[in-house]
Amino acid sequence: MTDASLNSPDNARAPRSLTQEDARTKKRNASERRFRAYGIAAICTGLFFLLALLAAILSAGLPAFRQAVVEVPFTLTQEQHDEAEEAMLKTAIYTNYFITSLSNTMQAEGVQIKFDEDAVERLLGKVGGDLRSHFRDNPDQIGEEIEFELAASSRVDRYLKGTFTREDLQGGNRFFMPEDFDLIDAMKEAGLIKQVFNWNFITGVDTGVDNPGGAGIGASVLGSFFMMLVVLVLSLPIGVAASIYLEEFAPKNRFTDFIEINIANLAAVPSIVFGILGLAVFIQFAHLPQSAPLVGGLVLTLMTLPTIIISTRASLKAVPPSIRDAALGVGASKMQAVFHHVLPLAAPGILTGTIIGLAQALGETAPLLLIGMVGFVARYPDTFLEGFLEPNSAVPAQIYNWAARSDAVFTEKAWGGIIVLLLFLVTMNTIAVILRRRFERRW
Amino acid sequence: MNDMRIVERDVQQNDVKIAAKGVQVYYGDNHAIKDVDVEIEDKTVTAFIGPSGCGKSTFLRCINRMNDTIDVCRVVGDIHIDGEDIYDPKVDPVQLRAKVGMVFQKPNPFPKSIYDNVAYGPRIHGLAKNKAELDELVEKSLRRGAIWDEVKDRLDAPGTGLSGGQQQRLCIARAVATEPEVLLMDEPCSALDPIATAQVEELIDELRQSYSVVIVTHSMQQAARVSQKTAFFHLGNLVEYGETGQIFTNPNDPRTESYITGRIG
Ligand SMILES: Nc1ncnc2c1ncn2[C@@H]1O[C@H](COP(=O)(O)OP(=O)(O)OP(=O)(O)O)[C@@H](O)[C@H]1O
Ligand SMILES: [Mg+2]
Repeated sequence: MTDASLNSPDNARAPRSLTQEDARTKKRNASERRFRAYGIAAICTGLFFLLALLAAILSAGLPAFRQAVVEVPFTLTQEQHDEAEEAMLKTAIYTNYFITSLSNTMQAEGVQIKFDEDAVERLLGKVGGDLRSHFRDNPDQIGEEIEFELAASSRVDRYLKGTFTREDLQGGNRFFMPEDFDLIDAMKEAGLIKQVFNWNFITGVDTGVDNPGGAGIGASVLGSFFMMLVVLVLSLPIGVAASIYLEEFAPKNRFTDFIEINIANLAAVPSIVFGILGLAVFIQFAHLPQSAPLVGGLVLTLMTLPTIIISTRASLKAVPPSIRDAALGVGASKMQAVFHHVLPLAAPGILTGTIIGLAQALGETAPLLLIGMVGFVARYPDTFLEGFLEPNSAVPAQIYNWAARSDAVFTEKAWGGIIVLLLFLVTMNTIAVILRRRFERRW
Repeated sequence: MNDMRIVERDVQQNDVKIAAKGVQVYYGDNHAIKDVDVEIEDKTVTAFIGPSGCGKSTFLRCINRMNDTIDVCRVVGDIHIDGEDIYDPKVDPVQLRAKVGMVFQKPNPFPKSIYDNVAYGPRIHGLAKNKAELDELVEKSLRRGAIWDEVKDRLDAPGTGLSGGQQQRLCIARAVATEPEVLLMDEPCSALDPIATAQVEELIDELRQSYSVVIVTHSMQQAARVSQKTAFFHLGNLVEYGETGQIFTNPNDPRTESYITGRIG
């Protein structure tokens, strides 16, 4: 009996009270409180930075989603129509009709101002052409009064938002003259200017420097979409097949260890390296079309594969081996065990990893710069196949492109693009979380 | 251990079902089974007893080649079932495991419904022609696993939601559902209460009519109650193998005697 000594009288201790903290407990509790305080401080710091970032992005980017429009009641009679169509300069006649209509409307509201067609063109674009094509497409509206809506130029937008003032304008140029301010004020006074949601920013394509207000992110969203399609279709099956083989079937030897280490290394390779590789292999060697989403997708697949393989292997490893034993024990083959039991249990993890890999690829810019996906893309692809092969941009590359231009309107668009990109990322990550919650199983 | 009740048994000789000769098992450098020779009879319950870590599970796993799944494990020697060498390269371990069922030491139901747990084996082996037949087979197996009454109203509930003892009986039902010829049971009753244990023992006795059953157990009473033959393992050696009655009443080896009287182990 070794514990006899514990019962000897000199080891006996006075009974201790449970309501009184002894020195040791005090110390332990203090350190626990300290640790909690550190944790809360860390979270608060993180939250603060996140909020600051969000506030900055939203305040700078939200104006890109708003657009000033001028709404003018307009009637085109049949005679006016015929007269204009017979004239030499058809659109100029339409412009004149519009100017008459605009000044009449403003007069009716008690606003007096003189202006010419150049001012109208500077503020509202080529109104005559717009009107003509509107009535060509809707001939039944001839003779009726319609509310004709025209997008105001970006400078009108910025003047109304207060980021462009009379002091900013030095002398004036072909885009804007000092008297245009008066016309804007007059239209505003007459209640013709409205703020609407800028659908054109979502659906439009990139524009040149002379029309920054018309630039939209639509084409590059489509470019990103086609790239993600390529990435998903290639990296999910390849990644999952590779991981299943490595995890469940491959013998564990030097060679598979070597492969494993290399996959881990690949995941850490900077993305620009993949860009150079893509340039050398896909474009210069394989002669795939430059700037095409197909090539972008291939490059991003190379980048995403290691992420998917690593997360897939981790989720396969997390399936308890007893499940495999159980399946093998009732006479299932290895493949049946994997496909009937292991894979379904690992699926949520695989999906989460895939979505996170895709989200990473979606936000990637550097490799796209190298394969030329930062060009000026002013049109949508015509067919589905062209979507893969026609030169296009991607959302982050488009943002980069806009941010590099000098016009402040483009900067605003860049911030707006960031919001679009973040929305996509948040959506994807939310889907990942939901999938994980929904399919997570315990054993 | 004089209070041990040893059932009256017929000492009739059955055919040899499993014959092992010179079996050695290594886990890397660890020599876990040392030169084991044993002949396990058909229509007989054979109990493996021995102290923890002596290699009972390891030897049991050799019989359906579950050790193949352990990378470091190496098996040397011959094991024949019905005269066929199961380690012959021509033998498909998957076919072998359909013939030699196994209940594992730790209950491991699939994270699927109770029904699917039992129906899985018959499905992959095509044992039922239609749904009605499968339903019948599932019910029969659950009854044999002594768990039917507890789960008949919730066959769609997940098998992992059962208690530990219920899970183990579900695993027994799953193993018998594939109609194996040999059933290997690794401590099937270690998580069961006495009532369920009695039911499982009844099942084992019933299975004996048609199958060969090998059971690993730490309960001397259980070995004595259910088995006709007993093998005593110690430190990887098969120390003694013979009629259960003789092992428990009149062991040849002093190590066997000290183990069953509780002095080693
Ligand atoms: N997967 C494994 N890898 C390496 N060594 C193993 C493995 N499984 C068992 N062993 C070793 O083999 C020896 C026998 O183990 P085994 O599981 O067969 O014992 P057991 O008799 O079943 O014990 P218990 O009664 O506790 O279940 C032990 O020394 C153990 O450490
Ligand atoms: Mg064991």
